[in-house]
Amino acid sequence: MKRLDRDAMAARVARDIPEGAYVNLGIGLPTRVADFLPIDREVILQSENGLIGMGPAPAQGEEDPELINAGKQPVTLLAGGAYFHHADSFAMMRGGHIDICVLGAYQVSVHGDLANWHTGAPGAIPAVGGAMDLAIGAKRTFVMMDLLTRDGQSKLVESCSYPLTGLACVSRVYTDHGVFNVGPAGASVVDMIDGLTLEDLQELTGVPLRLDVDAD
Amino acid sequence: MIDKSVTSVRDAVADIADGASVMIGGFGTAGMPDELIDALIDRGVGGLTIINNNAGNGEAGVAALIKAGRVRKIICSFPRQHDSHHFDARFRAGEIELELVPQGNLAARIQAAGAGLGAIFTPTGYGTLLAEGKETRCIDGRDYVLEYPIHADFALIKAYCADRWGNLVYRKTARNFGPIMAMAARTAIAQVKQIVPLGAIDPETVVTPGVFVQRVVAVGSANARATA
Repeated sequence: MKRLDRDAMAARVARDIPEGAYVNLGIGLPTRVADFLPIDREVILQSENGLIGMGPAPAQGEEDPELINAGKQPVTLLAGGAYFHHADSFAMMRGGHIDICVLGAYQVSVHGDLANWHTGAPGAIPAVGGAMDLAIGAKRTFVMMDLLTRDGQSKLVESCSYPLTGLACVSRVYTDHGVFNVGPAGASVVDMIDGLTLEDLQELTGVPLRLDVDAD
Repeated sequence: MIDKSVTSVRDAVADIADGASVMIGGFGTAGMPDELIDALIDRGVGGLTIINNNAGNGEAGVAALIKAGRVRKIICSFPRQHDSHHFDARFRAGEIELELVPQGNLAARIQAAGAGLGAIFTPTGYGTLLAEGKETRCIDGRDYVLEYPIHADFALIKAYCADRWGNLVYRKTARNFGPIMAMAARTAIAQVKQIVPLGAIDPETVVTPGVFVQRVVAVGSANARATA
């Protein structure tokens, strides 16, 4: 059994992003999805600090400190792109105008609850940014994460133990072990890496799973 | 004749008093009005309530204001970052109060203040720690949290270009909170690269109409810096 590496996970997410989609890619791992969108597929990336039609990183020496993404990295704007203020940006998100949002997570529940902003650890300074708006705003919220923590605990859980970012907001979870649908009917397996069985995944996660035969 | 231009950043912030609430534009360092903040630090006032997306990055802007010990409370969405050390130290020492607001709610509450609304119902944060104790309502099957507007005495923002009526044009992602903070503050002060004659800005491209702006100050040229 060979778990998916970060690039393979990003490529797997990219496969599910259709032509014409308006997409917000969260800070960190989800940003990598952009590298795997085929050049002939027109997908429009929004960044919540105020641009839509975001392009790749600029060439060295071409960086503009006033043209950055939500991760505060220098980016470019494609022909057809636009700038806007923060209230409009979050209206795009909250108002359901963005098709897909891809986020990282500490935990996702089988019903689609998301925990990704705060560990709740004593002494930790909380920071939420746009996480709560992104989680509940897009038409579909995807999560990208390792299935297990470093010490082998499943991050796909019956009920989140970390503080919640949003309730029942995630529809699909992409992991290094496979892809899961989550929602009102619980969790189902869309696909899994070679060498794994449903029983293996059930044992690793400790949550009830079924095979999703109808998944697109 | 209406002339909202002032000749120096020092004059622009001259009436900001101890204990004032001050919105400061910027997302990270993009759109951060560094020169206005430096003038505010030079003024020596303290006990400020600051509204910004972050709680300072590195050494300049909001970070410098916090380092100087002028901030009593900060309302923001994303304080903790790799370069927020001045905030982290003051927060851990119990010297600064934090109101953490989801970024979209921060924007909506600021906009609500500027638009004269009494409150908003937002879906963001429902069922989370950040909505604990707040009134909620189910509208058409969706759950919302009642959130109140955020007003401020002053807004310090950065735009690209202004005229003497206070019309503003921004540059790229430096726009971020500028337009809504200008609306929400009693006195909105914009630093710009240049002040141009009336009529030089295409009215179709004005982002913030001058009615929302009380003062503009040019910091774009070496000359403007020297007279600041």
